[in-house]
Amino acid sequence: MTSQQKWIAFITIVRREIHRFLRIWPQTLLPPVITIVLYFVIFGTLIGSRIGEMSGLPYIQFVAPGLIMMSVITNSYSNVVSSFFGSKFQRNIEELLVSPTPSWIILLGYVVGGMCRGLGVGLIVTVLSLYFADFSLHSAPITIGIVLLTSLMFSLAGLINAVFARNFDDISIIPTFVLTPLTYLGGVFYSIDLLGDFWGTVSLINPVLYMVNAFRYGIAGISDINIIWAFAMVGLFSLTLFLVALNLLEKGARLRS
Amino acid sequence: MQPALAISQLSKTYDGNFQALKGISLTVKQGDFFALLGPNGAGKSTTIGIICSLVLKTSGTVSIFGCDIDTDFSQAKQYVGVVPQEFNFNQFEKPIDILVNQAGYFGIPREIAVERAEKYLRQLGLWEKSHAPSRALSGGMKRRLMIARALIHEPKLLVLDEPTAGVDIELRRSMWDFLRQINAQGTTIILTTHYLEEAESLCRNVAIIDHGQIVKNTSIKELLQQLNKELFVLDIREEITATPEIAGYPITLVDGHTLEVEVEKSQSINQLFAVLSERGIHVLSMRNKTNRLEELFIKMVEKNLSGASHD
Repeated sequence: MTSQQKWIAFITIVRREIHRFLRIWPQTLLPPVITIVLYFVIFGTLIGSRIGEMSGLPYIQFVAPGLIMMSVITNSYSNVVSSFFGSKFQRNIEELLVSPTPSWIILLGYVVGGMCRGLGVGLIVTVLSLYFADFSLHSAPITIGIVLLTSLMFSLAGLINAVFARNFDDISIIPTFVLTPLTYLGGVFYSIDLLGDFWGTVSLINPVLYMVNAFRYGIAGISDINIIWAFAMVGLFSLTLFLVALNLLEKGARLRS
Repeated sequence: MQPALAISQLSKTYDGNFQALKGISLTVKQGDFFALLGPNGAGKSTTIGIICSLVLKTSGTVSIFGCDIDTDFSQAKQYVGVVPQEFNFNQFEKPIDILVNQAGYFGIPREIAVERAEKYLRQLGLWEKSHAPSRALSGGMKRRLMIARALIHEPKLLVLDEPTAGVDIELRRSMWDFLRQINAQGTTIILTTHYLEEAESLCRNVAIIDHGQIVKNTSIKELLQQLNKELFVLDIREEITATPEIAGYPITLVDGHTLEVEVEKSQSINQLFAVLSERGIHVLSMRNKTNRLEELFIKMVEKNLSGASHD
């Protein structure tokens, strides 16, 4: 395949992925928006006003970056896991497997599709959050950089989950038992200073903590974690997941018999 | 001239140690219309799966128009179009999108892909359904959609795994005509089928595969010449009650107006008619009772089975 042909194949996969989640927008775009609005109303406005400040910020301003990041994480992940597993289930993944499209283009196509949904929902949630909270942008490069890396990382994780999944239960186990606890314990709703030394140290193995804090730093200028360290950790996780996912596709794991 | 397909010592062992292919070798020349026959579980779909890289081989080599599927996989895949046995497209997408996307995976620019998609959807009688959800298509339409999808990148080798399974007779005939037309335009076709009439009608060469081994690889013509007996059904004008006895021609009386006669290749049908006529039995019409290829196929598979049981 020439470079131009590879580009066409890549764009085709991305376009198909975007078309897929836009076609079923009541399942893909609407629910996360409703959920996040409820979070803002309950944790931000109703309970948040009684909590007062967290790390020197009004609680709603503290929680808003975490909620935006949570929507990016869950949507990036769920787009790739459901689309890729759906293709396996209906066997239309074979359309790609019989084509000369290299594995890394297939991987990038699905991942960019997942990132588009994650970032799209994140953008909608950001716009909605402006209704509930006032916040300025402390650092655009850090904000954009960490949100791109986060959606990349969870899109990759979603693809790996989909490769291993044998049934629909398998694609809900990771989001329910891994992703949700990591997100809730990743400093979205609280500062890890509240946890004390032991649990604060344990929290450092949670990659979501680095993402949420780096994103909060980009918006509000505060973080529990060193930003360079946060970027390094998320970058390392993303690279590892990319190599694992690529290896799985190259080998045809659970795809070719 | 490079063969369209060259398979050498191809073997495949699945998890659980089931050996689906036991070192088969096969060559299909360019422009051929080739049948791969065999009972269920013989290894046909595994062979096709390896050719189009959906199945990973255990050992052996496969080259398509001289391109090895291991070392030159990108070019080898450009040459192959595959129509699988089961529906494997996204049931929620429209036929036009399925075709245009498939073209994209082969690096074909969108404007060319759209033109080609229209061309093949029209040729296969699907244009009116091009924007309908593909899950709403009938079984026959879905099969034709998969043929159109396999042709969208204009492959030199088209591989069809039981393309007319479950398709009604009229549609099957129209699909045969379409495949003949594609073959006449230069596309090499490899077909697996359970309908031996289909292989006899369409294909020039054949390989019979059973228990992961090629038990016969020859031309359809030569294969049929190996048959030395045929069973004819004769419709006779006047009713008879007793079975006529003619030396050398085993006859069965089916009913008062129908006889079945076994005729060896070396025997004369004229002589049979002459004797029947002398006895006042007038034949109105005659037809071949069994599918000849089917008969031969069963013999070969049975022979292979008895050979395997001695291993």
